[in-house]
Amino acid sequence: MRRAFFIIAACLLGSQLPAQIPEDLISKVQAKLEKVNDYTAKGKLKTNVVFIKAPVASVKVYYKKPDKMKIVNEKGISFIPKGSVNINLAKFLSAAGKYEIVDAGKEATTGLRILKLLPTDENSDIVLSTLYIDEKAELILKAKNTTRDNGTYELEMSYGNYALFGLPDKVIFSFNTKDYKLPKGVTFDYDDGVGKKQEDNLKNKKGKVEITYSEYLINKGVDDAIFK
Amino acid sequence: MSLLKIEIFKIFKRPRTYIAFSVIALIIILIQIALKFGGEEYVGLMLSGMGDSFEQIPSKDILNGYLVCFVILNLLLIHIPILVALVAGDAVAGEANMGTLRLLASKPVSRVKLLVVKFMASAFYTLILLIWVAVLALFLSIALFGVNWLGVPRELQFNIMESDDVLWRYSLAFCFAAIGLICVAALAFMLSVFSENSIGPIVVTVCVIIVFTILTQMQIPFYDETIKPYLFTTHMLGWKGFFYVRGVEGVTEKGSIENLSSIIKSAGILIGYTAVFLGIAFWYFKRKNILS
Repeated sequence: MRRAFFIIAACLLGSQLPAQIPEDLISKVQAKLEKVNDYTAKGKLKTNVVFIKAPVASVKVYYKKPDKMKIVNEKGISFIPKGSVNINLAKFLSAAGKYEIVDAGKEATTGLRILKLLPTDENSDIVLSTLYIDEKAELILKAKNTTRDNGTYELEMSYGNYALFGLPDKVIFSFNTKDYKLPKGVTFDYDDGVGKKQEDNLKNKKGKVEITYSEYLINKGVDDAIFK
Repeated sequence: MSLLKIEIFKIFKRPRTYIAFSVIALIIILIQIALKFGGEEYVGLMLSGMGDSFEQIPSKDILNGYLVCFVILNLLLIHIPILVALVAGDAVAGEANMGTLRLLASKPVSRVKLLVVKFMASAFYTLILLIWVAVLALFLSIALFGVNWLGVPRELQFNIMESDDVLWRYSLAFCFAAIGLICVAALAFMLSVFSENSIGPIVVTVCVIIVFTILTQMQIPFYDETIKPYLFTTHMLGWKGFFYVRGVEGVTEKGSIENLSSIIKSAGILIGYTAVFLGIAFWYFKRKNILS
């Protein structure tokens, strides 16, 4: 009985504990990402864009501090969405003092801490970044970035073996797609009765690219020539 | 069988038969040279609409032997019927023009058998021509450009399939193209039965193909609903249906065809047209008063 009382009391007190200071939380998240100087990762890239039907492609992802990132096709054909170089938030977070942090509380459903980062640099490509952070694990699980040139995109990350480095096992990158259309005189399409029905579904949709990483090689060095 | 051999021998003895093979080889090689040196630019231009959504178009990966073959067939399968008409349109009218048709008809062979053999020889020529296209467009392109996944550009979609999911599609596409070209051969053959010289059926067949192809490609709703579904040229594009895939959440279903029943329907319509053209040819030839 006494033990139960203490557990309940601890839970109640725990829930009343003040949330972490936003700057501290960002610093902790950033500290994890800072452990990584470079990495090479193998991955499977799944494209879910309304006007593309493609098999899952094999890719290799290269990263080098502070902001070099490249996704290379290993086998098959894959399309890399605009803004996807920002799937690594290390560079943005490392620019300490170059953004204002606004605490937006917690997300009701997941309990994730919401922090809005507003860059002070007027020339920054990212205009607003909203981060959904797991305070306990000190990991960013979701990010919504509004950019100057590439619209708004969202990142959803799930972690596994490389959580200590803040590196996800899976990233889902959602972005706005523009309409795709080729002149019929070029394609000489065969009307199989399906294409026309799909026409309305092909407009103004969000695209998704999902990268599932299979293995990371962290801090083993990456040649600069790869990023050229 | 010996009659068929004689008819095939007649076709392949004529120098003009080889014009078609030479023209096809020339066009295919010209396209291959162009794509070898400017192919990536061509692919980039073709898919420039995607540039707004994606970092860069992987033109290097998209340009490979399979795509080159698709581009060649896309350009060529509209023109090959014209080359088929050169031989099929000459099959009976050529004999009449040379004055040998009467001699042939006087042999102890029924008119039906004579016509069957002549049409089979035209169909054989058509198939050999198609095999020639396949060898140059597919196998030479593979040798020159290598293989990778095939990306098929459509008006509103881009369909990608894995390398090991492509060859069977080409096999069926060539079989379908054979049905379409034999249909054209039947049209030219039917006109040939009505004519006394070969220029007429060849020119009329070519004109019919040009007019029907224009109507097929025109995007006018009135024609889309009324005339287009009945034109054999509309259904001749059915070979492409083998490269239209189904997808689940954007991922290509391996081995899938978007609408197989539509392709079968198109093949059925082409076979139907062939039967009608041949039926008219046989009906008329049996009653024809052969004077030359």
